[in-house]
Amino acid sequence: MPEWEPVIGLEIHVQLKTRTKMFCGCENVSGESENTRTCPVCLAHPGTLPVPNKQAIEWTVKLGVALGCEIASRALFHRKNYFYPDLPKGYQISQYDIPLCAGGKFVVPGPDGDRKIGIVRAHLEEDAAKTIHVGGSGGRIAGAEYSLVDFNRGGTPLVEIVSEPDVHSADEARRFLQLLRQTVVELGISDAEMEKGSLRCDANVSVREAGETDFRTKTELKNMNSFKFVADGIEAEIRRQVEIYEAGGEVVQETLHFDPGSGTIAPLRSKEEAHDYRYFPEPDLVPVEPSVEMIAAAMDDIGELPAARIRRLETEVGFDLAEGLVSSGRDRLYERVSGDRRAVANVVMNQLAATGVDPEAVNGTELAKLIAERERIPRAAFTEALERSGDPGFSADDYLGETAISDASELDPVIDKVLAENQAQVETFRAGKEGVLGFLVGQVMKETGGKADARVVNERLREKISS
Amino acid sequence: MAITREDVLHVARLARLEIPEGEVDRMRDELGAILEAVGKVAELDLSDVEPTSHPLAVVNEWREDQPRPSLSPEDALANAPDPVEGAFRVPAVGS
Repeated sequence: MPEWEPVIGLEIHVQLKTRTKMFCGCENVSGESENTRTCPVCLAHPGTLPVPNKQAIEWTVKLGVALGCEIASRALFHRKNYFYPDLPKGYQISQYDIPLCAGGKFVVPGPDGDRKIGIVRAHLEEDAAKTIHVGGSGGRIAGAEYSLVDFNRGGTPLVEIVSEPDVHSADEARRFLQLLRQTVVELGISDAEMEKGSLRCDANVSVREAGETDFRTKTELKNMNSFKFVADGIEAEIRRQVEIYEAGGEVVQETLHFDPGSGTIAPLRSKEEAHDYRYFPEPDLVPVEPSVEMIAAAMDDIGELPAARIRRLETEVGFDLAEGLVSSGRDRLYERVSGDRRAVANVVMNQLAATGVDPEAVNGTELAKLIAERERIPRAAFTEALERSGDPGFSADDYLGETAISDASELDPVIDKVLAENQAQVETFRAGKEGVLGFLVGQVMKETGGKADARVVNERLREKISS
Repeated sequence: MAITREDVLHVARLARLEIPEGEVDRMRDELGAILEAVGKVAELDLSDVEPTSHPLAVVNEWREDQPRPSLSPEDALANAPDPVEGAFRVPAVGS
């Protein structure tokens, strides 16, 4: 069997969090009642004219600088013409051959060194309205009776980032996307939440035999709305294409939809005609010429980028923890907490993350104290302290007074009681399902008010059940 | 540049325009004449001239990111032929 090399390019849409829409003064907000943020401009009433949002242009320039792009000295808006109810003008104002940003490189650190993903372009456009399909099954287009259109999102600013086909695995795609998301969030230009649709990702996927230089037919995988689905979807599509080739078939160029529930891929309804957008320069808008000052201001405004921070933290805590900390933005707290670097990284990434406490609200000095003493105090006290660590006035000392009960003579009566009351679980354990031990440990913890030493409880439970 | 009947029907389809069969040839001739007129530019040597997408020597017309009042949903929907629940209702797309 030949070795297959996946070739993947991503197309990423980022909603900018400007106060107003791209070409009119309507508020740019989500979650409001339908059609409460519209005006004659974004409803495309005759005679209205668009006026660009300066902030959106500045932010796109800032993103372009962060992506290592060249910023156009003179950029144009174009009309992308297509007929659909979410587009009241009959065209979307977008950018075509002269986007604001082009030709960048985005560094994605990996466990085996940096990967440089080429950025073809980053351009500014307006979002379409939201369409809700009514009737049929599950809000899908197929079989709908009618559609409802809400123009609140129509005309809000959207940046489209197109990567070169430089990504070579599903995992790399996920890592690229996560780091790009974190970059966008840190630039302060978008919430970039995939679940809410403020960050959206399509993937162009093809495979070829190792050593081939030409690209084979690619398919487009649409709108995967979580990092996991992006990785799963691409993985499934790679597998599907390899199976086709190995069975002697040919991949057909088409647009596909990944169903995360079943893990399967199905073609989207194909449009009747191939896309024919008839782009032409938007006559209602004059060219945009970002000034040297605007670009310099963008550069000044960009701090140490996530990729550089991963490399710096990697030397302290290893790649996986460094990537996790930076991709989740938790590294800011990590940097504020002194002490054993791996211990701090682990607590910040795992136990603290599990509590849901906002890392920005945590007092670093108090957390450092707590982590230094964590072996000595009951696990329950540590967990409780972490849960409270974001409260104003939180003091680690309130939780450090207790020591865990490790004395077997004190623990045995409790353990015996728990075993007697949970015969069924004991049998399950004896039958080989050791996972149930966690439940029993939990019961002992409950009985002791969380003060038992979990390690000792574990040992004693095993001994008693086996004896 | 010659324009064909198929071009006319294709562009009409993209714009969701219905053109009566008897009008297609007239549209073809009229559109062809327009393209021919514009095509005259191609007869000139313009290798040193930047494409003129905009005739005005004006750039960077923009506005600050300050909200302005929107229409009420009632006003926004006033011209909608078939509104429902505060939304524009349209025929099911793609079916």
